[in-house]
Amino acid sequence: MDENEFTMTEITRRTVIETGTTALLLTTLPRGALAAGPLDDTGPPPPPATVELQINGRSHSLTLDPRTTLLDALREHLALTGSKKGCDHGQCGACTVLIEGHRINSCLTLAVMHDGQSITTIEGLAEGDNLHPLQAAFVEHDGFQCGYCTSGQICSAIGMLAESRTGMPSYVTEDLTQSQPELTDAEIRERMSGNICRCAAYPNIVAAIKQAAGTPT
Amino acid sequence: MKAFSYQRADSATQAAAAALKPGAKIIAGGTNLLDLMKLQVETPSQLVDIGRLPLDKIEETPDGGLRVGALVRNSDLAADPRVRQRYGVLSRALLAGASAQLRNKATTGGNLLQRTRCYYFYDVTKPCNKRNPGSGCAALAGFNRIHAVLGASNECIATHPSDMAVAMRALDAKVETVDGKGETQAIPIAEFHRLPGKTPEIETSLKPGEIITAVTLPPPPPGVQVYRKVRDRASYAFALVSVAAIVDSARGRVRSARLAFGGLAQKPWRVAQAEEKLANASADTKSFNAAADAVLDGARGYGGNDFKLPLTRRALHSVLAETTRT
Repeated sequence: MDENEFTMTEITRRTVIETGTTALLLTTLPRGALAAGPLDDTGPPPPPATVELQINGRSHSLTLDPRTTLLDALREHLALTGSKKGCDHGQCGACTVLIEGHRINSCLTLAVMHDGQSITTIEGLAEGDNLHPLQAAFVEHDGFQCGYCTSGQICSAIGMLAESRTGMPSYVTEDLTQSQPELTDAEIRERMSGNICRCAAYPNIVAAIKQAAGTPT
Repeated sequence: MKAFSYQRADSATQAAAAALKPGAKIIAGGTNLLDLMKLQVETPSQLVDIGRLPLDKIEETPDGGLRVGALVRNSDLAADPRVRQRYGVLSRALLAGASAQLRNKATTGGNLLQRTRCYYFYDVTKPCNKRNPGSGCAALAGFNRIHAVLGASNECIATHPSDMAVAMRALDAKVETVDGKGETQAIPIAEFHRLPGKTPEIETSLKPGEIITAVTLPPPPPGVQVYRKVRDRASYAFALVSVAAIVDSARGRVRSARLAFGGLAQKPWRVAQAEEKLANASADTKSFNAAADAVLDGARGYGGNDFKLPLTRRALHSVLAETTRT
């Protein structure tokens, strides 16, 4: 991302927050950004698809190239740049968002596949200046260095704690028939293995999640 | 990504009919297909999305087994109380695969149909008979640490990456399908995946346009169920070798054993003779070795994966020791 693009994104993100509409965005973003992602195809674009997404409680109607991943729709079309593009192949977890409360890699799914569904991103967690308990715990425990993986870690941790509350076992759960496996450090590490932190802030991430696990979310 | 048109299917039969068109591909969870499309390993001109079809139920069957809809998420299948209670090997295998985010998206049918993670299959600048039939196999003399030691051919030495399928092989699951005319069939999982032979591009016994609707599990066989996965890191990595074992034993004697292996071949590997060596045998090193000999009959390494032969033997020993400890 060069400096111009960065500046532009900053402006348009503010614009979105202020206006709550994407119409302006669609006219101000360059075509390259609209075509979002490595399309690398010289052929004519496919017919556009219309998709209605409920993002962080607000409805967005988008007309997209069907190739647009959910991650690119969020970042490039709605300027919700909190969800990060790390590997773009489902290996790093930086793009993790919650769909109907379930954590997924937004880079490995198409926006059109989620028509009508409810999506929560890192931008939808805090209520005004009140951080979500996991955000607060990450700050308190210094669960990051560069911060690039953090929004994915936090969204993933929210999904993980919800899974854990419904009794979801993990690979390291000793007794599969246990209805509520205890969230030990080993359990947290296994359940969070889809989120890579290149700064290796793992001990602090585990501590933050462990604290938040005891807090109602 | 190459351009494609997108449509949502109204029914499984309609999806199967649509999938018959040249260039059409079914998409469900999409975690493997979209990854391959980004790299242009897959270049469909049309995607038929079956993600909203009502194939996401897990139901009891009259014989005491389970019928798992093709669209049941890997996470939901792993967490289902009936699966955890009666098919622990399947729950464990699912939880050993991928990451939680991927398991929340990946489906039962899609897991069976996922493609190999062979580096050369993924790299479109390299020869690969699976991706581009007739172009050659770069893995034969290349980096082949993750590759097959059983059932491979001079055309292809890829492995099937699924953990779930290995457990299903041990459980003698059946794959239910429908085609564009509405005709259904139930394919034993032993016959579902194919060995590469001269046609590594053909990976399953599905006919063009035939799609998976469910996987049925017979009632669980007696015995202890274990899934052991050996990999390069503790989590979120494909198997170098994995063992799905269902072993019924008492007082140091094996009554019956079912053993399926992942990471060794282009399909979950199961050898009847190995299980026969263990039936009614003493649970000791001698019989474990006899079983390992039978599993590895005809096995060969290609340099980088030679270690898989002793590793398979050791993994089997470890699993048999664990499951016969009474």
